[in-house]
Amino acid sequence: MHADTTAPSGAADPTTPTGTDPGTGRTVLDARDISRALTRIAHEILERNKGAHDLVLLGIPSRGVPLAARVAAKIAAVEGLDIPVGSLDVTMYRDDLRMRPARTLLPTEIPPGGIDGKTVVLVDDVLFSGRTIRAALDAMNDVGRPRTVRLAVLVDRGHRELPIRADFVGKNLPTSLVESVRVRLEEFDGVDAVTISGDAGVAPDPALTTQGEDLP
Amino acid sequence: MKRHLLSAGDLTRDDAELVLRTAEELRSLADRPIKKLPALRGRTVVNLFFEDSTRTRISFEAAAKRLSADVINFSAKGSSLSKGESLKDTALTLEAMGADAVVVRHWASGAPHLLANSGWVRSSVVNAGDGTHEHPTQALLDAFTLWRHLGNLDGRRVAIVGDVLHSRVARSNALLLKTLGAEVTLVAPPTLLPVGVENWDVETSYDIDAVLPKADAVMMLRVQRERMNAAFFPSAREYSRRYGLDGRRMGTLQDHTLVMHPGPMIRGMEITADVADSDRSVIVEQVTNGVAVRMAVLYLLLSGNESDFGRTAPAAPAADPTEHPTERDDA
Repeated sequence: MHADTTAPSGAADPTTPTGTDPGTGRTVLDARDISRALTRIAHEILERNKGAHDLVLLGIPSRGVPLAARVAAKIAAVEGLDIPVGSLDVTMYRDDLRMRPARTLLPTEIPPGGIDGKTVVLVDDVLFSGRTIRAALDAMNDVGRPRTVRLAVLVDRGHRELPIRADFVGKNLPTSLVESVRVRLEEFDGVDAVTISGDAGVAPDPALTTQGEDLP
Repeated sequence: MKRHLLSAGDLTRDDAELVLRTAEELRSLADRPIKKLPALRGRTVVNLFFEDSTRTRISFEAAAKRLSADVINFSAKGSSLSKGESLKDTALTLEAMGADAVVVRHWASGAPHLLANSGWVRSSVVNAGDGTHEHPTQALLDAFTLWRHLGNLDGRRVAIVGDVLHSRVARSNALLLKTLGAEVTLVAPPTLLPVGVENWDVETSYDIDAVLPKADAVMMLRVQRERMNAAFFPSAREYSRRYGLDGRRMGTLQDHTLVMHPGPMIRGMEITADVADSDRSVIVEQVTNGVAVRMAVLYLLLSGNESDFGRTAPAAPAADPTEHPTERDDA
């Protein structure tokens, strides 16, 4: 995730979740769609794990973190059990540190119970090249040894560059490489919406755009 | 700040806050089972120490190793430096070895500046203390320690007490703390305040007892007798009675006030043992924080080729193969 919280993102251009805006592109998921997708992901996680035992959710900053918290809240509503939620910053493990400006580090918070022997579900907003997830797997290696690692993403936009796939997907969103997908969340941007914006000509400033991962 | 860290005065407020925030994240690494990050894998950091140092060299070494960089320690004793090799020839040697960063401590003020601007080396230069001039990473770690305890430093009062004249720590701290919005008061006998201190944009005082009750932090400095070529005060005993921090003076501090010391400290001279070991003392924590801050500095200087860290020119010239046909392996 290189869209950092310091970017003057969506909060500056409040649009209605269902509206289209030339600056932000076409809305593909609105607040209710996102909520439904996360509810489904929560149920799928429980189904796959046969309950909430030994589950740990780790959000990848920045926008994976509130998504993980929301999924945990939905799991709590279903199972009546609070599962540990944390965050895992992957900045130091990226494969493009040399090519890009030094990035601000984001918080890593591992829940007190640790991740050894647990089923860890990584949560991110957009799955794109797969490089962020590779970095996350490396980062996790230095924190502990989970029994199983699964991946939940709100949007899978395709164009993988590594053999990585998501276990739980909110929405599969076929895109072209020139398009950019942007996830805006209440916690950062004051609104819940996933938008896709057109070709390179009108693509918003990359700094404002959540690519999910690095461009190839 | 460009691609070197030579003076605390080169840091803008944004730069300094970026270092502090980065250090805050890196500090949590000390609590993890594996205290290592791969960020600087394949990079070489040379510690070039022309002057004795324990803490700073070990701290830089730990910082570089925790970021997975290769570390070469080069100290004046036991190398050709003691045979009279010049700084230039040493620098050319380092360049030939492909150092990505040179951490330099030198007895001459300005040596890191010369190294960075001479064109002898292409690496980033980090000043680890030059003569009586500057010690920017010490100032950053002091600011980081203050920031962790006091939060925002705007309007906080920091008293720096002792041998300001010979202290590179005092100068760097005065510059950086001003940048971060704190109010600095230098307290020293008149003989131990540098000429031109009135241009530093800090307050000065000869009376420690008047300053202590208002301070949010007190930074004690070591009296650097090895740099003294004249009698700056009548006797050690008199100095410690007039300017030392003892239990009685500690009693006049506010409840939240921190006691700091950049080390090495001379117990019984500028600070008594009961003060140094008291609850207010964050002297040991300063050392811990030093590793995190130096990791942050090395990470911000070395990762990427055009850093957000106020960097303007392409940093690692190796990134431009056309300009330097003899490119390094790791580029």
